[in-house]
Amino acid sequence: MNDLLILPIIFPLLTAILSLMFRKQLNIQRIFGLIGTAASLGSTLFIFHIVHSEGIQVLQLGNWPAPFGITFVADLFSSIMLILASLTGFLVLIYAISSIDPQKQRRGFYPLYQFLLMGVSGAFLTGDIFNLYVWFEVMLISSFVLLVLGGDRSQMEGAVKYVSLNLFSSILFLVGAGILYGKTGTLNMADLSFKLAQEPESALINSTAVLFFIAFGIKAAVFPLFFWLPDSYHTPAAAISALFAGLLTKVGVYAIIRTFSLIFVKNQDFFLTVLLILSGLTMLSGVLGAASQNDIRKILSFHIISQIGYMIMGMAFFTPLALAGTIFYIIHHIIVKTNLFLISGVVRSIYGTEQLSEIGGLYKKYPLLSILFAIPAFSLAGIPPLSGFFAKFSLIWAGMNIQQYLLVAISMLVGILTLYSMTKIWSEAFWKEKLTESASPVMETARKYRPAMILPIALFAILTLCIGLFAEPIFQLASQAAAQVLNPGEYIYHVLGIQ
Amino acid sequence: MEFMYALLASVLFAAGIYSILRRSLVKLLIGIILLSQSANLYIFIAGGLTPASPPLIQESNQALIQPYADPLPQALILTAIVISFGVVAFFLVLLKRVYQVVQTDDLDDLRGTD
Repeated sequence: MNDLLILPIIFPLLTAILSLMFRKQLNIQRIFGLIGTAASLGSTLFIFHIVHSEGIQVLQLGNWPAPFGITFVADLFSSIMLILASLTGFLVLIYAISSIDPQKQRRGFYPLYQFLLMGVSGAFLTGDIFNLYVWFEVMLISSFVLLVLGGDRSQMEGAVKYVSLNLFSSILFLVGAGILYGKTGTLNMADLSFKLAQEPESALINSTAVLFFIAFGIKAAVFPLFFWLPDSYHTPAAAISALFAGLLTKVGVYAIIRTFSLIFVKNQDFFLTVLLILSGLTMLSGVLGAASQNDIRKILSFHIISQIGYMIMGMAFFTPLALAGTIFYIIHHIIVKTNLFLISGVVRSIYGTEQLSEIGGLYKKYPLLSILFAIPAFSLAGIPPLSGFFAKFSLIWAGMNIQQYLLVAISMLVGILTLYSMTKIWSEAFWKEKLTESASPVMETARKYRPAMILPIALFAILTLCIGLFAEPIFQLASQAAAQVLNPGEYIYHVLGIQ
Repeated sequence: MEFMYALLASVLFAAGIYSILRRSLVKLLIGIILLSQSANLYIFIAGGLTPASPPLIQESNQALIQPYADPLPQALILTAIVISFGVVAFFLVLLKRVYQVVQTDDLDDLRGTD
């Protein structure tokens, strides 16, 4: 039964290998890609079903008993993340097939896409700190290539920043894993948690925690380590940046939550305070950065940062309600943010640009697209009854409960500024009359977008509505997941079999 | 012995940091290489240095007896070396492409080319 946990890794791997075998035939690669991502979506749903009904599932790879081999663990939190990853992978692939230039697709887009998904799933599943490093690298190297696919001049600046900062963070992570192994003699996360709980607090462990914190902070784009993100996310093809926007930073957030709730629990107060301060600064710098931008995808990139701030804030409060809010926020954010990036790609394919000053009049010409934009945009800003409202509400409520009024005030302010950014895009791109003669020549080449690009956008929008309308059961689920995260004993028991 | 290794690792780390703070693209790459070498060396030291005692079970014994060299850090380092090899190879190609399309080796000149 537990062997199922390997499926979200195996499906992308197989698909990637098969795609490599048919390098020249794009159509075969597309079919394999669709089947592969659909299969992993099915497997993650099934894993979630089992985890939900039977509790945490553990797979000891190669049948090596727990602290010695590599362990895969699926608790509720990681199985929710798995579903989101494979769902995003599936829907974005539909969009990518019809939107990415076939020349770029030929340069290994499909295999890399699958390797990226494999890395993300692996990072969510693994229960071994070094294995986490390996999955991070699998994910990173495929994202490096996807980011510069095509090799245009505009992609270079962001790519250099993205690659060098992420490599630096991986090195810090590796050093941290090395110290942990030297100190405890184990790499298994449950075993680390168990052993470190018995050790006295030491400078070595605390400095390791800082290394991990910086490493994951860079990957999650936390203040002041976010500079690579807004410089790189607006340059690749829309489908690729949508996938990055939805998944990659959330892997960093997942790693922060996992390590600081499970492994480094000794000196938690200090780190939670640091997180608290950083979360406020992350929210503010993200949203203020967005306010000064004039390019749709750049605005959205900066909003990723401000939203990461919300998630980190919930982690920093570290109450069951706040953590449930964080998990709910991640669910909401992945779906909404991916969708907004996909829509920006449609706008780009219509006008050839995403500069707000050069586009306009979309509402008259494309009413369906406008509605589909309005749903995720206002959900991002937190308008009820859309999903973002409940996500923000639960975090703010959690903050009120523990008297963190300053953070609550900041997050409300950030909510208002998010609304400002979204209405800016709405009024500039959709409501404003299209400038006629004076505008740039790219507008002459205005094309129609393909209907297949609208399908995933519509599905994401429906999901956003559903999360908003059925917020209660999803919040219940997030609460259960948060309860598991807050109780490392259960995790340790399932992995090691000790209380 | 361990002190010398630790010194070497820290010198490599410092040199790596110094290099990535330079403006040249090639020095950035060299810095990343030095840093990853330093990280590998660090794992090696953190795992404990046990000279001249291979992790092999003697014929007369059933299990390993102390002291023996821990093989796991070496396995980790091997993995890390392979990964950094791949990543550096990619980075090298990326830098070549950057130089081709932007015609500069200076990171400051990259600003605003997107």
